[in-house]
Amino acid sequence: MTTAGILIMICSVGTVTSLFSWCIYKVLTTPRETDKIHAVDLHTPDMDLPD
Amino acid sequence: MSAPKEAWSSRLGVILAVAGSAVGLGNFLRFPGLAAQYGGGAFMIAYAVSFLIIGLPIGWAEWAMGRYAGQLGYNSCPGAFASITRSRWAKYAGIIGVMVPVMIYMYYVVIESWCLGYAINFWRGELAPTAAAASGDIFQTFTGSGADGSALAISWKTALPWLVGVFVFNFWLIYRGLSKGIEKMCNLGMPLLIVLAIILLVRVLTLGAPDPARPNDTVVAGLGYLWNPTKINVAPTDPMSDVKPYEVVGAGGLAEAKETVAASDGKLELQEIGVITQLRNPKLWLSAASQIFFSLSVGFGVIIVYSSYMRKDDDVVLSGLTASSANEFCEVGLGGLISVPAAVAFLGVASVAGQGTFGLGFNVLPLVFAKMPAGAFFGGAFFFMLFLAAVTSSISMLQPGIAFLEEAMSIGRKMSVTVLGLLTCIGSGFVMYFSKDLKALDTIDFWVGTFLIFVLATIQIIIFGWVWGIDKGFSELNQGAAIRVPQFFRFIMKWVCPAFLLTVFAMWFLNSIFGFDLITFKWGAVAGYVTDLRSNLAAQLSVAFILIVATFFFLITARSHAYQRAEKGLPKHD
Repeated sequence: MTTAGILIMICSVGTVTSLFSWCIYKVLTTPRETDKIHAVDLHTPDMDLPD
Repeated sequence: MSAPKEAWSSRLGVILAVAGSAVGLGNFLRFPGLAAQYGGGAFMIAYAVSFLIIGLPIGWAEWAMGRYAGQLGYNSCPGAFASITRSRWAKYAGIIGVMVPVMIYMYYVVIESWCLGYAINFWRGELAPTAAAASGDIFQTFTGSGADGSALAISWKTALPWLVGVFVFNFWLIYRGLSKGIEKMCNLGMPLLIVLAIILLVRVLTLGAPDPARPNDTVVAGLGYLWNPTKINVAPTDPMSDVKPYEVVGAGGLAEAKETVAASDGKLELQEIGVITQLRNPKLWLSAASQIFFSLSVGFGVIIVYSSYMRKDDDVVLSGLTASSANEFCEVGLGGLISVPAAVAFLGVASVAGQGTFGLGFNVLPLVFAKMPAGAFFGGAFFFMLFLAAVTSSISMLQPGIAFLEEAMSIGRKMSVTVLGLLTCIGSGFVMYFSKDLKALDTIDFWVGTFLIFVLATIQIIIFGWVWGIDKGFSELNQGAAIRVPQFFRFIMKWVCPAFLLTVFAMWFLNSIFGFDLITFKWGAVAGYVTDLRSNLAAQLSVAFILIVATFFFLITARSHAYQRAEKGLPKHD
């Protein structure tokens, strides 16, 4: 493995790990963010409608 | 003291839900396959650039447009496009946003069934290959890649029974509206998947050289193969020679290659291929971009549908960023570091590039588990967690089709699920039958999973930046957000992103479809995906099937009253 390869690996893995960690920090420390942040919620409102 | 505890657990739950919905088969199976195919370092550069200038921006655009359309009552891609642009053409362009997830589901569920089948066979102790050839044989028998129809046998070690089970399970969940349950399972399963992936990563990184007969095939060589920006190939000096070039990595491999070249009487030579030369390959850029789209579900027509169910002041910026970063962490930090180094250690560099997009994980990971203590348990657990991750992804791919049929045909959810179930059943059966060389899967993945995703992503960012307008788009995007999208993304979303997509697309079209060499400016051989359309029945039928589905959706869209209201910018209901 070359030095350039090691650098690219460290930068890539370090960047994605830092970004994810920052997002976790931001969600955990921002007031009321839990109510406003969403995943792809599989339970959609149309499931609760009568057919 | 209990209130803060509850709040923290609730927040962690939200993060797990976001991460769980973002992680899928693309992270652990598709990404390593593509990185291996395009030889690592240069691919990673193209991949990082694609993430920054197309993945994040188009993802945000989708979240914002979907939420806006949802306020007007539209939950499908044609409805969203038509209501935002207030034009007729847009609803037809939106059909692509229905086709992409629905057609990808048809082969995604097949791969999902491989995961379940592999998991159960690991736990039965029936999947412990000790050599690469044995692992390849198991994969061929399981998937039917040896001959058309050969996977249709009923056996523990063929895909058919698993596919039937998985297909019925998915539709049973959405028909009965039981997706809350699977979400809760995944909130537990995703941390487990990440823990298992870390254990696997440690095992892979400590493998050394697993085959004493091939001391140069090491994990470090595998890491070099994945991350080194410059490649060294052993290639024939005569360009007309039938000898295929192969890459060498590491000091041991290089010394061996020099001996081989010296003994070849001038027939072979060492070629150093710099990163710039590699980055001039449009296929590399298209593959990196398509992987970003595939794993972030951007350009899929999925995010736009789910964000349409959000409230006006929900945070789409941090939602999108958290989902993307969780996905990238699993993909680059875990998925990429496991499969490719292990593949090089077990199979050698020369064999890795020929594994195919999804084959790498299924051919190589069983070998790694076979060398671990309690490998059958961990192997089963790992593939079962992949199966769980795939269930959430595959169910999310069905919702765009369900929402479209509900909206366009004014039918209830159960009828919509039934229609979509029939359509996808035909599609998955088709993929399963034409399994020789995984031709149907590969063809649909190319024309829908790569080509159409690219087209849809381009349409989306043009609508966001030019038709809707970057000012209105940014204003909508930042509504309710805890963090503001940096201003330089205005320039990226309006200019860089569409220009990048159109340039890569044009280069790829010239090079990959018509064989035009962008370095020598000469016309060459037409791509296999095009020549297959003249000679390969499975490829012909696959493309015909894609066109039939497109026509079906077109006719539904053309007759929809809801979309006539959307064209005028009116809400779906008065």
